[in-house]
Amino acid sequence: MKQSITLERVGKFMGLGFLTTLKDLFTGNLEREDFISFLRKVIVPLASILLFIGLWHLGAKALFQREANFKIEKALTDQGQAAADDMKACIASGDVSCQPNTLPAPSQVWDSYKSLLKDHRAISDDKEAFIQKTATINAKREANGQEHITYTGRPSFIDQIIMSLKTVFAGFLLALIIAVPLGVLIGLSPTLRSAFNWFIQIFKPVSPVVWYLLVFMIVKTLLIYSNDDSSFIISFISVGLCSMWATLVNTAMGVSSVDKDYINVAKVLKLGPIQKVFKVILPSSLPLIFTGLKITLSVAWMVLIAIELLAQSPGLGSFVWEEFQNGANDSNSKIIVAMFVIGIIGFLLDRIMLTIQNAVSFNKNEGI
Amino acid sequence: MAYLELNNICKTYGHADDEVEVLSNINLSIEEGEFVAIVGFTGSGKTTLVNLINGLIQPTKGEVLFKGVPVSGTSHERGVIFQNYSLLPWLTVAQNIYMAVREVFPKKSKSELHALVADYVEMVNLTPAINKRPKELSGGMRQRVAVARALAMKPEMIIMDEPLGALDALTRGNLQDEILNIWGKEKRTALLITNDVDEGIYMADRIIPLRPGPNATLGPEFKIDIERPRDKTALNDNPNFKSTRNAIIEYLMDIGNQRKSKTQKEYILPDLQPKSFVGHF
Repeated sequence: MKQSITLERVGKFMGLGFLTTLKDLFTGNLEREDFISFLRKVIVPLASILLFIGLWHLGAKALFQREANFKIEKALTDQGQAAADDMKACIASGDVSCQPNTLPAPSQVWDSYKSLLKDHRAISDDKEAFIQKTATINAKREANGQEHITYTGRPSFIDQIIMSLKTVFAGFLLALIIAVPLGVLIGLSPTLRSAFNWFIQIFKPVSPVVWYLLVFMIVKTLLIYSNDDSSFIISFISVGLCSMWATLVNTAMGVSSVDKDYINVAKVLKLGPIQKVFKVILPSSLPLIFTGLKITLSVAWMVLIAIELLAQSPGLGSFVWEEFQNGANDSNSKIIVAMFVIGIIGFLLDRIMLTIQNAVSFNKNEGI
Repeated sequence: MAYLELNNICKTYGHADDEVEVLSNINLSIEEGEFVAIVGFTGSGKTTLVNLINGLIQPTKGEVLFKGVPVSGTSHERGVIFQNYSLLPWLTVAQNIYMAVREVFPKKSKSELHALVADYVEMVNLTPAINKRPKELSGGMRQRVAVARALAMKPEMIIMDEPLGALDALTRGNLQDEILNIWGKEKRTALLITNDVDEGIYMADRIIPLRPGPNATLGPEFKIDIERPRDKTALNDNPNFKSTRNAIIEYLMDIGNQRKSKTQKEYILPDLQPKSFVGHF
């Protein structure tokens, strides 16, 4: 008997319960208590978002004023009254050449977001045109056994988001492939546990930057004869190594602390060692393994930015760094756009993992 | 030679100073086809005794003989119904039972095994719930799954560790009848551990009280001479039932009282008088 998937069930499952309330609001079957919970779940967060934007706006304005005053004073002391007046007029006119460089206001960030989208569309069109233009040449080159001509233009913001996601998933998969089997082995054998304990305790707190340098040293030498760009490989391996510890520790803990009742069942049924691991121990430690994987994914996304920044592999991290180095008039607001994009993607990744975790979890007392 | 024999079993836990002897000097023999009940207080070492017989733990001293061979581990010949059901929560009713029968009958085909599972689920009246997971079942239904799982393995002897302890009186009565029915049909040897004297009398051929631990030993056995099938309502008026029941309860109450008086330790206090500070200031 399959239960139907409704908006309500999906919403509750993903921790987005307010969707139901929103639906009720529009269909008009909202009760009094529902209304109060609607206030709490929808109106209050919306109000707090508005408050946040308001405070940000005021703060940005104050910082802008401070920076502007400093510029005018500096012009006054260095070059005299006329220069100061010029500077004042220039700032007031909004001319790009003399704008104070400080925390951008919400409206500037919104403009930058739109300009980044516009930029993405322009680059996409450009790419499309390039592909059409080179189609016949590439067909010929392929016939001759030559390599294709590929688009080597600047990546757009969206391209960089996609690159970052690719890196983080590659890193996450690497962490999964290393940490889960290793965690199971460590959990099963007390001997291995004491053999690996020092290793885990020492390497777990190492900073992402140091991991990056370590991976760089090794991969650089391994790929010494290759001409390809190794920055992607280096960054995803570093991300994987940084983030795998939570999964490793949680898996080992889950496997070593399986309920004694389940072990007794396995003994009474006389399950073989492999059967015992796959039919009893692994399923019963799945909830903890997925808790570990959830932490791993969020850590991977967090360290990714720092590592991309160091590795200069295309992605959000290098986008942020390039914008910072660039120092154009809208660089600061582009960095803030990237910050929000990073935050929102991190939140969505966490939700996805939470949903999977809920699906595999069971209450310890359910079978007892 | 008896079917199951326990010879001078002792079981201790812990080391040196913390050593606790849970069972001491247990002697028991059960004949083939017999239904024996062991009655005891909670905490008297009943579960330890069960785990010794099914082979989950080994005795510190003495030996457990099953058909004359020392028990050194678990065996499919001795089915166990655990006190806390012990179903695997991520498997459905059918999967829980299937996992057991696949281990016991590796030579049977998949469809034969599925038919076997269906038979035993039917036997405990759970066919409508066959594809549900334990969390969707009530306590009584879960225990019926555990019963079906143990019986589907077709053990020669079935060991029940307070199987109905957590259930309400009505469900309990129904399940007692179901277990008796199955036992009557297939005439297997059965050992029931319980804390309910009435349950023991209703179901068993012999009742043996377990004196409370630490150092738990078995008391004298009580034979139940009531013809089968027994009728629960008529049982209350049976003089035989009354006298046996009273005798067992009296015996258990007696050891309970003894235990209480024993544990009343006398503390010898040092002869100290409060010092008088008068005159010091």
